[in-house]
Amino acid sequence: MADSFDEMNGWAGSGPRAAYGDVRRWLDETPPEILQTRRAQAELLFRRTGITFSVYGDADGAERLIPFDLVPRVLTGTEWARLERGLIQRVEALNALSADLYNGQEILRAGVIPPELVSLNPQYQLAVAGHVPPKGVFVHIAGIDLVRTGPDDFYVLEDNARTPSGVSYMLENREMMLRLFPDLLQRSQVAPVETYPDLLLETLRSVAPERHDGDAGIVVLTPGPHNSAFYEHSFLADKMGVELVEGADLFVRDDRVFMRTTEGPRRVDVIYRRIDDAYLDPLFFRPDSTLGVPGLLTAYLAGNVAIANAIGTGVADDKAMYSYMPEVIRFYSGQEAILPNVPTWRCREAEHLAYVLDHLPELVVKEVDGSGGYGMLVGPHSTKAQIEIFAQKLRAGPERFIAQPTLALSTCPTLCDSGIEPRHVDLRPFVLTGARGVKVVPGGLTRVALTPGSLVVNSSQGGGTKDTWVTG
Amino acid sequence: MRIRVHHATSYDYQFPAEGVVQALRMKPSDHEGQRVVHWRLDVDVDGLLRERRDAFGNWLHIFSADQPVTSLTLRVTGEVEVRDTAGVVRGAIERFPPGVFLRVTDLTTPDATLRDWAAETEPGETLARLHALMGRLHDDMSFDTAATNVATPAPEAFAHRRGVCQDYAHIFIAAARTLGIPARYVSGHLARPETDAQDAAHAWAEAWAEDLGWVAFDAANGVCANESYLRVATGLDYLDAAPMRGARRGGGAERLSVAVHARDAGFQRQD
Repeated sequence: MADSFDEMNGWAGSGPRAAYGDVRRWLDETPPEILQTRRAQAELLFRRTGITFSVYGDADGAERLIPFDLVPRVLTGTEWARLERGLIQRVEALNALSADLYNGQEILRAGVIPPELVSLNPQYQLAVAGHVPPKGVFVHIAGIDLVRTGPDDFYVLEDNARTPSGVSYMLENREMMLRLFPDLLQRSQVAPVETYPDLLLETLRSVAPERHDGDAGIVVLTPGPHNSAFYEHSFLADKMGVELVEGADLFVRDDRVFMRTTEGPRRVDVIYRRIDDAYLDPLFFRPDSTLGVPGLLTAYLAGNVAIANAIGTGVADDKAMYSYMPEVIRFYSGQEAILPNVPTWRCREAEHLAYVLDHLPELVVKEVDGSGGYGMLVGPHSTKAQIEIFAQKLRAGPERFIAQPTLALSTCPTLCDSGIEPRHVDLRPFVLTGARGVKVVPGGLTRVALTPGSLVVNSSQGGGTKDTWVTG
Repeated sequence: MRIRVHHATSYDYQFPAEGVVQALRMKPSDHEGQRVVHWRLDVDVDGLLRERRDAFGNWLHIFSADQPVTSLTLRVTGEVEVRDTAGVVRGAIERFPPGVFLRVTDLTTPDATLRDWAAETEPGETLARLHALMGRLHDDMSFDTAATNVATPAPEAFAHRRGVCQDYAHIFIAAARTLGIPARYVSGHLARPETDAQDAAHAWAEAWAEDLGWVAFDAANGVCANESYLRVATGLDYLDAAPMRGARRGGGAERLSVAVHARDAGFQRQD
């Protein structure tokens, strides 16, 4: 990898950045063995609280701890203000796009997006075409993955508009830092993220269908303890003070959703679901799903329950759709995107495919509906043989792939066994949309690629996390 | 022809089943070639029965029982006037543009064998190709009720060259889509002169020909739908148009029996 911008030290030779003044002083003043002790302490505490992440495709199926790095990632208030505006603009567009694609399809008539990107997209759920979810919100919770390549150069790498995960790490990482280094956080005037569960609850409550008999019933619907993000599901339910349920805990009667409780059925108005569309209702989606609630779709279509995120938002965060987001933002808001896309080649287009096949060693190629860093090719880090195998996959199904240049992701100082070293990072802020607009807690989840030089930050691929600071 | 349908479906559960919910697509809709004279759906246990249109415009009934159920019988009786339109379906509810029916589903994802077989269909006008496709499928496959089940995907049935009407329909759909022709699944009834009850309803396919619109092809019988075909529900595949999809908690093993009589009402009067 050529020169990367470093979050603390800037470009090679440019000298340290002001944003990291306090952190740098702290790193300079703290003896290495103390840092290592703190690191061990943090790991012990995380193990005790039971934050684990099981990895799909792991031979032993073992749960493992996502490594936490002590050195925070710092953004100044000014940097954040611009990111926040860009995120709000982007998520408003994702909501407008979803609403339009399921009702009216103006954007297709205007020729901004090829219609087959919608009609042939398995994530476009025909079952909910024409339905307007409560308060018109589709993407209640979005995770927008950002990368940085220079002081002012942030790009959106990926939109996550289905069931983005990771927010529990954002919250736990902050809690850990407050516990280990309370003075440092106070000195740096770090903006709080602890309000996230309250904001999430407020968001969910705001989209509850109108009802005149009692408070809105809100639940978190999990696929169960075998899911890799189960810890997060229970964590969020706990922080919000709402029930964590599995499909079998819910039932539908007369187009209304109820939860079984020891005191009899209790009405459910809003479901924060962490189950994919295909598994939500065996009567209408996958018949073999035991995770869902039979009849849930009809209760939803009757307008009696809000589902967050709405059914069918996968059509908006597809990686092929991603490449049109600058045009999508322009179409709905009349404005240019504040946060640019990474230039993207759509392999479905013959010219793009030819270019991609010719330049595989320098590109990153991803499946349009993949996630978690699975099934992707990082050209510069692949062998000739790996590239050749991937080229065959590309030729066999070009419409399934997009390609992007390999970006020189910024690095951030990271505590490794040998001391402080630069490691590549990205950032996933969490954006909430309720009936009263869009909100973002300052910061997000910084993911760090712990292998030297690696650009893959996904936790399923061995990445770690850092606390993310927005400072006064 | 006036087709009279008697359709009884019984579920017997080993133990009382709770939370029984059924999504039923059993009631036909009118289009230019058919008119529902009367239609009734009865369920022999207490519960709620709600009627609405589904995403494809099919009639959908949701039945839910609150109390534990050990057996359940759904009974359909009805009469429908059907006219021969040479398979052309006009005036039906259309919620999606034909292009949507190029989608691939789990049950209709072609493999290389099926793709190659489809590609051997002689080039020409769409309608001619569809007829050729139907003819070839009818010739190459054998009707066999033991070879497949409701969850068998098209390429698997095609590999055996055996199956029932559902498999013929899925293979036809998968093949037509690989040729760039929108195609969809139809569930319904085929009126037959025999007096014996059939143990299943019928299924066929519709494909889109630019000049004609949707045209119905029954590859299992090698003909386009005529006045003996009563169209009930459509969708991308069996799962969208299935007469019944159910869910329950408990109940142990399940025994299902289906008896369908679909016949010419005129013919019956001569009995």
